[in-house]
Formats: sequence, C-alpha cells, structure tokens
Amino acid sequence: MALSTNSNFAKPDDAFRAVVEAHRGLTEAQSADLDAALVLVLANHIGDIDVLREAIALAKRQMLDASQQQQQQQQ
Amino acid sequence: MADAQTAQARTQFGYRRHPDQDRSGAAMAEHPVVVVGAGPVGLSLAIDLAQRGQRVVLLDDADRIGEGSRAICFSKRSLEFWDRLGVGDRMVDKGVVWSVGKIFHGASQLYQFNLLPEEGHKRPAFINLQQFYAEAYLVDRVEQLPEIDLRWRNKVIALESRNDGLALTIATPDGSYQVHAAFVVACDGARSSLRQMVGADFAGQVFEDQFLIADVKMTAAFPTERWFWFDPPFHAGRSALLHKQPDDIWRIDLQLNPDADPVAEKRPENVRPRIERMLGHDKFEFEWISLYKFQCRRMAKFIHGRVMFAGDSAHQVSPFGARGANSGLEDAENLAWKLDRVLRGLSPEGLLESYHVERSAAADENIRESTRSTDFMAPVTRQEARLRQAVLSLARDTEFGKRMVNGGRLSVPSVYDTPLSTGDGDSWRGGPRPGASMLDAPVTEPGGGSSYLTDVFIKQGTRFTLLEFCNGAAADVPEGVGSIRVGGENGLVDAQGLAGKRYDAEPGTTYLLRPDGYVAARFRKAQRPAIDAALARASGVN
Repeated sequence: MALSTNSNFAKPDDAFRAVVEAHRGLTEAQSADLDAALVLVLANHIGDIDVLREAIALAKRQMLDASQQQQQQQQ
Repeated sequence: MADAQTAQARTQFGYRRHPDQDRSGAAMAEHPVVVVGAGPVGLSLAIDLAQRGQRVVLLDDADRIGEGSRAICFSKRSLEFWDRLGVGDRMVDKGVVWSVGKIFHGASQLYQFNLLPEEGHKRPAFINLQQFYAEAYLVDRVEQLPEIDLRWRNKVIALESRNDGLALTIATPDGSYQVHAAFVVACDGARSSLRQMVGADFAGQVFEDQFLIADVKMTAAFPTERWFWFDPPFHAGRSALLHKQPDDIWRIDLQLNPDADPVAEKRPENVRPRIERMLGHDKFEFEWISLYKFQCRRMAKFIHGRVMFAGDSAHQVSPFGARGANSGLEDAENLAWKLDRVLRGLSPEGLLESYHVERSAAADENIRESTRSTDFMAPVTRQEARLRQAVLSLARDTEFGKRMVNGGRLSVPSVYDTPLSTGDGDSWRGGPRPGASMLDAPVTEPGGGSSYLTDVFIKQGTRFTLLEFCNGAAADVPEGVGSIRVGGENGLVDAQGLAGKRYDAEPGTTYLLRPDGYVAARFRKAQRPAIDAALARASGVN
C-alpha cells in the first residue's frame, strides 16, 4: 500500500479544525507533547512501515522547503 | 562463603612450560588451530573443535578467570550449544532459570513479557549465571579433552603471515617462543591485541551515558524475573535494572548522568545510598562494582587472511539484551564445524567466508537492537525524550504502547541470509526457514524414553542431519549424514504433536540441518539429488 495523498475526508475542514482545536490553549511544550503522542497513535493505526516512511519523507520535505523559503525571504 | 571459596580455588591455574618452547626457527611446532583467549567464546570454540577431532592450542595471557559477574544472562540458544559441548546440565543446575521480564514506569508496572510462553523445550529462555562459573565449567570440560592444549600466561605478542598459515610469537614467564598455526582464532576480547596486530579498525558508536553495575549479596524474596524501571521513585529521571544470580547475588544496573564522575560514583560509600533507596533496606554486601559507557561497534571483516575473530574481539554491543556473550557463543558454534571441515579437506577454504557473512550480519542486527534500546533509555534530543515519554504514557492504556517500550530486546538466534542455504521450492505455512536455527520439541524414543529433538541431534553426532517426518519409506540418507526420523516404523513418536506443528510437517517433510543446528534446506518430498545438491551448497562445495 502506498501513502495516499488524495483527499480522504468528506469534510477536510472538520479534520483540520479537530487537530487545531486540540492545540488551543496549550503551551508550546504541551503542544509538542500532544503531537508526539498523536503521531505515535496514528502511526500505529496505519500499521504499515512503508506508508509511515513515505509519510515521514513527505513531511520532512515540506519542512525543509518551508524553512528554505523562510531563509530566502529574510535575505 | 563455601561456594565462593570453591569458585575461587577453581579459577586459579598454573603456568606450565611446554616442550614447544624449546623449539625455534625451522623447528618450531606446527599446529592446525591456535585459539587465543580462554573466555567463554574461546573455551567453547576449542571444545567444539576438539569434539570434532581437531587438536587445538588454546592460549590465555592470564592465569586465572576474571573477577566479577560480567556476563550473566545465557540464552536458550547458548544452552543448546553448551549441551552439545557436554556442559549444559552443569550450567542449568547452577544457574537461575527465568523467562519473565517486567517493565515499570515510576512506581507502577507497565507490562510484563514471557520470553518462552510455550511448553515442550528442553532449555528455558534464559539462565542467569556469573561468567566465572560458566568459564570454570568450560575449563573443567577442556581438561577432559586431550585434544586441547590449554596454556596459561601465554601472551601472543607478534603475528606473522606465512603462505600456509601464521607464525605466532608468544611471551611467557620463561621468555618468548614461536609456533606455527594453519589457522588462528582471536577470541581475545574487546581490547583484542590480535585485532591491532592485523591492523583492523573497530569503528562504531560510543554512548555518553554512564551506567553503574553493582552485584550485591542479600537474601530477598523478589521473584526470578528481570525487572526494569524507567524513572523509578528511587532513581528519579533515570533507568534501573534488577536481576537475580545464583548464590543470593543480585545484579543492579543504574543509569547515571553523562557528566557523573566515574571515580567518585564507584566508591562504595556513594553507591550504597542509591541501592538502599532502591531496596528499601541496608542489609546487603557488595560483591562487585563497575562503571561503564557503552560502545556499539564491529570489525568490517571478521576474517583477515587466516586469522578469524570471534566474540567481543569482533563486535561489541551495549549489555541491554544479553547480546554480548550469547552472540560470541553463536560465533563459536558457527565457526567450529566450518573450520573442522576445511582442516579435514572436506570443504574448500571459501566455506569460512560464510562465517563472516553470517556472523557479521548477526552483529549488525545485535548492534541495531542494542542501539535502539540504549537510545530509548537515554534519549539524545529533547524531542526524542518527548516521544519516549509519549510511548511510556501510552503504554499505560494501550497494547501498542506497551510493545514500543524498549527496556532491552533479549537475544534470539539470528536468521541467516546465506549462500549456504537452499531456498524454499515448496510451499510452507510455518516452520524454521533455511537459515533459521532448529526448533526444539519433545519426542519419545522408540524404546519409550522421553527426549528432545535437540538431544537427538546431539546423539546423531552434531553433524549434517536429515530430520524427516516419515510417511512409510525412509529417505535415502547420504553417507556421513545423520538421520532423525519422526513417525514411521522405529521412528521417534511425536506424542504431543509439537514437533510436527513446529516444523509445519506433512508426511514426507524433510529438513536438512547443518552441524550447528541451523536449517540448510527443507523439502516436502525429499529426493536424493535435491538433498545432495543442498548438502554440497551448505558445505561450500558448489
């Protein structure tokens, strides 16, 4: 099974809001703790190491691109 | 104290001058195999070779067995190997048998695991036994074997390659002498001087966290289980381990800060309060205290010309997982039969290369597992610590969280991807695949006596052996190959059906076992040409 990047939620906004609202009112440290637990729970639910690795690669690429753009804007 | 004194007496050995020392130059003594280092690995290797009929010179630079408990956990696989060497019963009789481990977080238990939850195995998952007992029993066995020439206070100081082997220069209290060896096996430990003599590197990872090991003597009613704590009340923020050994000795392992002062931390007056907090009392005495940092590393090549490296000289891991001594013993059982065949001219020297292939892959696996455990115990970054905390918290309520908690993954035999294996041509739903080690199961001898497959394998001579689940006609067994028949006329009786189940057997199912008990090939219907081909492949003749 490959990582699905199609839109899988009937109401994507609901999913995004659910994650955002989970972080409301938390300190940065608490948010990081929440994310760590959430990632592990979801990773286990997926239960497929190849899909997990693909997901990590995608997320890491986004993160690096974003930080590169930020650096360019600052220059 | 009587026990300790007996152990003490058994561990002192005298240097004796050997006639080889009066020979030099062209007249130097020639030996087929010289094993350097009389620790558990060197002793076991020498015994295995001797039982196969090889003469072995075994050198050790000391004249006594080392102090302290050092390795304490010996695996089922190691016990099965020691059974073949004739020392299994002594080890198990003295050792503390265990199979259950418990993991605690703070004051409460997170989960427990059983390393051998099923019945019908001769040997338990593990025994705990001080390394000096294991070594003493092995030395006793060595002394029964005239093929082994064990020389204490013989230190190899130089190694010179010759066309047909090596010349070793050996220092003794009477000065130095030389011998010639066709093959040398270096079992001389993590600080191997032979490794330096061949100029090999030993690269890997050093962990910054320090660990304190204390063996304490006390009478306590704790069960014989492996207890591991994350962040216990008595040692906040760090990890701790408690494990029972024979003679009322308990192994305690405490993680310290990376910046802890090793000299100060080791002082009994500083160790004592920590242990008192852990045990809740002060009724114990110290047997041994040691402070260490881990290294995980291995040699790039386990074979340098005709020098082979086995045990800690070739690879080092962190201790959480009992992968040090046990993997060294697996090295020994892997190498012994191959070296024997090469020395007899039954297999080409190229067979030895499979020792490197199989055991270096096993070392990689052991290093990976023990590195993961160590990283889990001592997270490197803040985010790593956060992820670990999440796992520990999730483990309270979820099954998957419990399974992610890593307090050490204990040694199991490696499965080899090896040129010696013949790949499966038939279809299998289970059973050990080629490259995996044989599984034990209870069987009844035709005469009615109860036995185990591992014992029957030994009775068959610990050589290439066909394990056959009969359907009437017996397989055509090649000459020199042992035969174990389950079922059929005069076959072993699989009364509980466990042998059949563990080997996914149907009538006619046949496994070809190597002399180290690993599966070389398996067939649903064994035909002689296929058996011969698999045998040739597993012997390095192809």
